[in-house]
Amino acid sequence: MQPSVIEMINSYRDEVIAQWKKEITQVQEGEFNHTVPEAVFNETNKEFVELILHTLELKQNEAKEHLRSFTERLIHTGWPLSYFTKGLQVFRRVLLELMTSNDALPSKKVYETFSEVESWIDGIINQLVDEYSGSWENTLHLQKLALKELSAPLIPVFEKISVMPLVGTIDTERAKLIMESLLEGIIEHRSQVVLIDITGVPVVDTMVAHHIIQAAEAVRLVGAKCILVGIRPEIAQTIVNLGIDLGKFSTKSSLRKGIESGLELTHRKIVSV
Amino acid sequence: MSVQSNVEVHSEWGIVSARQAGRNLAKELGFGGVDQARITTAISELARNIYLYAEKGEIVLEGIEKKEAGGVHRGLRIVAKDQGPGIKSVREVMEDGYTTSGGLGAGLPGVKRLMDEFDIDSITGEGTVITVVKWLR
Repeated sequence: MQPSVIEMINSYRDEVIAQWKKEITQVQEGEFNHTVPEAVFNETNKEFVELILHTLELKQNEAKEHLRSFTERLIHTGWPLSYFTKGLQVFRRVLLELMTSNDALPSKKVYETFSEVESWIDGIINQLVDEYSGSWENTLHLQKLALKELSAPLIPVFEKISVMPLVGTIDTERAKLIMESLLEGIIEHRSQVVLIDITGVPVVDTMVAHHIIQAAEAVRLVGAKCILVGIRPEIAQTIVNLGIDLGKFSTKSSLRKGIESGLELTHRKIVSV
Repeated sequence: MSVQSNVEVHSEWGIVSARQAGRNLAKELGFGGVDQARITTAISELARNIYLYAEKGEIVLEGIEKKEAGGVHRGLRIVAKDQGPGIKSVREVMEDGYTTSGGLGAGLPGVKRLMDEFDIDSITGEGTVITVVKWLR
C-alpha cells in the first residue's frame, strides 16, 4: 500500500476506532450478544479493530500470522464468522466515509484510496473465511471418520455367534461397509451364526431391505447363517405393506430371542445353575 | 390450516431430511406410531426414486383437510416432483417386482399400499409428479 494512504488512514485512526465501535455495537445488538458478556465483547472489539489497523504497518507474512493466531483463538471459543465479516464491512464503510468527507481531496486520489482500502480489507476477509472454512472442513472430515468407525461393527458375543447392531440411517456407502465388515468378521471370528440387529434403524424401505437381503445371501455363501433381529412392530407392518419378502432367512423380534436360537443352531443352550 | 414444508432432494442426505420433516409433520398432525412409520417409509421410497432416476427434485409435505358427513377429516399429503426422464410405462412400474435399477421393484406399488390415495402423473422426457395422501383415522 502507498505510504501516503497509510499515513492518511493513521491520521483518522482515533475517529475511525470511535465511529466503528459505535456502529458495530448497533449491528451486533440482537445478534449474538445474548451469550457473550459485554466486557468480553468490548475487549474483543477493541482487539479486533486494533489488529486491523496494525496489519497496515506489518509485512504481509507477519500480518497473516497475527490474524491467524487471533482467529484461531476466536474460532476455538466459538465466535461466528459473521462477526468478522460484518465488522470488517462496517470498518471499511466508516473509514471510507471519513476519508472522503474531506472535500479538498482530488477525485483521482479518492479513487486510488478506495481501491487500496478495498484490496486491503478484502485480503483480510478472504483470509478469515479461509481460516474458518478450513476449520469446518477439518471438523467435518473428523466426524466422517468417526461415523465410519461406528457404522458397521461386528461383535463376537459367543463362540461361533456374532452380532452386528445397526443404529441410524443406512445409505449406499454404509450398506457397502456393512457387507464388507460382515464377511470379513465371519471369517475372522469363525462365526456360524450372525445376528443383524435393526432396532436402531429408523426406516426400513425397499432399498434398506434389499441391502439386508443381499448381505444375508452373501453370509449364506460363506457358510454361515444370518438372523435378522430387532424388528419393531411398526417396521414389521411397513415391510408387509411394501410387499418385501424376507422369507429367505429367519427373523426374530428381539436380540435375546436371536441369541437363543443362535445357540440352539450351534447345539448349545443357556441353563441356570 | 396450512402447514407446508418443501425439501429439496439432490443427495442421499436429502432423503434423510425429507423423511425427518415427514415424521415431524405426521407427529404434529396426530398420526400414531405405525402410520408415522408408513408415512416416513413412503417418503423414503419417493425421495429415493427422485435421487436414483431424476437426480434432483423436491418433496412437498402438507397437512390437509376435507369436509365429510362425519365432520372434518385431516390428512397428510406428500407431493414428489422432479424434472427427470419420466416413467415410460406407468402400468409396469406399478407391478410388484418390476425394476430397472436392480432393486426389489417394490417401491411404487409399496407406497400405494402404505398410503390411502395415490396418483401418478408422468410425461416421458419432462418429469414425474406423484401425489399421495394418508388420512388420519
